Amino acid sequence: MEFVSIIILALFVNNVVLSQFLGICPFLGVSNKIPTAVGMGAAVIFVMVLANLVTYLLYTYLLVPMDIAFMQTISFILVIAALVQMVEIILKKVSPPLYQALGIFLPLITTNCAVMGTALVAITKNYDLVHNVFYAAMTGVGFTFAMVIMAGLREQLALVKIPKSMQGASIVLVTAGLLAMAFMGFSGMVK
Amino acid sequence: MSNWKTFINGLWKENPTVVLVLGTCPTLAVTTEAINGLGMGAATTFVLVFANIFVSLLKNFIPDKVRIAAFVVIIASFVTVVDLVMKAYTPALYSALGIFIPLIVVNCILLGRAESFAQKNGVFPSLLDGLGMGLGFTAALTIMASVRELLGNGSIFGHSFGFENNMLLFILPPGAFLVYGYMIALTNKIKSKQK
Amino acid sequence: MKKLESTLPNMVLSLLLICSIMAAALALVYGATKEPIAQAYIKGENDAVKEVVPAFDNDPNADQWEADGLVFYPAKKNGELVGTAVKTFTESGFSGRFDVMVGFLPDGTIYNSKVLSHKETPGLGSKMSDPKFHDQFNNLKIEGNLSVKKDGGTIDAITAATISSRAYCDAINRAHAALTNNNNTYDSTSGATKGGQE
Repeated sequence: MEFVSIIILALFVNNVVLSQFLGICPFLGVSNKIPTAVGMGAAVIFVMVLANLVTYLLYTYLLVPMDIAFMQTISFILVIAALVQMVEIILKKVSPPLYQALGIFLPLITTNCAVMGTALVAITKNYDLVHNVFYAAMTGVGFTFAMVIMAGLREQLALVKIPKSMQGASIVLVTAGLLAMAFMGFSGMVK
Repeated sequence: MSNWKTFINGLWKENPTVVLVLGTCPTLAVTTEAINGLGMGAATTFVLVFANIFVSLLKNFIPDKVRIAAFVVIIASFVTVVDLVMKAYTPALYSALGIFIPLIVVNCILLGRAESFAQKNGVFPSLLDGLGMGLGFTAALTIMASVRELLGNGSIFGHSFGFENNMLLFILPPGAFLVYGYMIALTNKIKSKQK
Repeated sequence: MKKLESTLPNMVLSLLLICSIMAAALALVYGATKEPIAQAYIKGENDAVKEVVPAFDNDPNADQWEADGLVFYPAKKNGELVGTAVKTFTESGFSGRFDVMVGFLPDGTIYNSKVLSHKETPGLGSKMSDPKFHDQFNNLKIEGNLSVKKDGGTIDAITAATISSRAYCDAINRAHAALTNNNNTYDSTSGATKGGQE
C-alpha cells in the first residue's frame, strides 16, 4: 500500500517537475521531440536511482555517525558528479548502443537539480533504503512522464504561429503552466 | 568591457532570469511571497560574488581538466556557509526556502559565470560580474514574487491591500509557470522596442 | 603567472588543496554558527510555547519531558503549573508531516495552538496559521476526538483545504491523548501539581 501511494504521489500529485519545480532546465531545454525526451528521462531515472542509493549510504553510514551532516551539500554534489562521470565511462565500455542513446544527456545531468533535489528530499523523509531507492525510481518516472507529455505538446506547438515576443522559453512556460493546472486535478487522490 | 558595463550587464542586457533563462528551478519554486524571492536572491548573490572572487583568484592554480570539479567544490562550500548562517540568524526564512538553499549549488547561473567569466577575468571584474548577475537575479525574483503574492494573496511583502477575492492560482504551481512565461514575453517585447 | 599544466600530480594536488582549504573554512563556520543555530531553535520553541499557554515565569525548555514521541513543555508561574505546551505532529497533512504546538490548561482545555513548520499549499493549507481557523480550538475541552464538520465534528474546515484541517485536528488529538496517558508518570517524576484530567 505504501508503495502504491509513493507511485501515485511521485507521478501525479507531487510531480517532480510540475509541482516541486525540480529539473526545470532539462524540462525546458530538451523537450522538443518525444524521442529525446524519452532518452533524457531514461538517463535521469538511471542516475537518480544510483545517486539516491549512494547518497543514502553516505548520509546514514558516514555523515551522521561522524556528526558532519552539514557537509551534506558538498558531499552529495561531488558524489553525483563523480557518479555521472563513472556511468558515462562504464556505459561507453560495456554498452555502446546505450551510450549512444543516453550519452549526450549524461553531462547535463550533473547540474540537473532533480537528481540532487530528490536525494535531499528523500533524506528528509526518513525512508529506509528500499523506500528511498523506490522513491527515486518513481520520481524519475514522474520526470519522464512530464517530459514526454510536454514534448508531445511542443511537437504540436511547432506548427502554430506564435506572437514574436512569446516565442522560445515564454510559450513553453505558459504551456507548462496549463499542464501544471491539469495536474492539479490529481491533488487529493492520496490522503 | 569597462567595469561599469560588466556590472550593468547582468542587471538587464544579460539578465540571468528573464533573458538567459537560467536558474529556473528556484525562480519558479520560491516566488510565492515577495520576501522569499528577495531572500533567495540575496543568498544566491552572496554565493555568486564569493564563488566568482575565489575562482578568479585561483584560476591559475586549477588545471583545466579538473576545473569543473574545483568550481563545484568552491560553490558548494559557499552554499554551505549560506546554509549555516541563514539557519542561525534567519530561521523563518530558512524554513520557508527549504531544500532550495542547498540546491543553489546546482543553479546553472553559478557554474555558468565561473566558467564563462570568472576564470578568464581579474578579481575585481569578477566581483562586479557576480554582483551584477546576482542583483539581476534578485530583482527578477522579487518582482515575480511580488506579482504572484499580489494576485494570489492580495499583499506585497506581507502588507495586505485588503482585497476580498484573490486568485489563488497564482500562488499555486501553475501560477509560477504563467507569471514567468509572461515576464519573459514582456522582456522580449521591451527589448525589441529598444533596438 | 602561467596556468598549471593538466598533469596528474598537478590535478590531484590542486584539487586536494582546494578541498582541504574549503573543508577547513567550513569547519570554522560550522563551529561559529553551531551555538547561534541551537539558540535560534530554542528561541523558536520558547516563542511558540509563549503563544499557546498563559503567562509563566519558568524556562519550559529546560523543564521539557518526552513521551509517546511528543515533547511536553510545562509552563509554571510561582512554581504552580499554569499549562502544558505540547509539540505534536501529524503525518496526514497535504504535503506530509507538519508540527503543531498546542497549549493545554491544567484542567485539559485548550488554551491556544499554533502551527510550527509546514509545507502545506500556500494560500490554502497555510491558512492554518490564521486566527480564524485555529481560534476555533481555543477553550475546547476534548472529549473523544476532534474532527471537522464534514466528518461529523465541530470544526469548520478551511475552504478547499479539508485535508490540512483534518490533519490539524489529528495533531491536536494526538497531543491530548498523549497528555492524558502520561500525566500520571509525569506527576510521579517531577512532583508537579496534578492536572484535572478525566
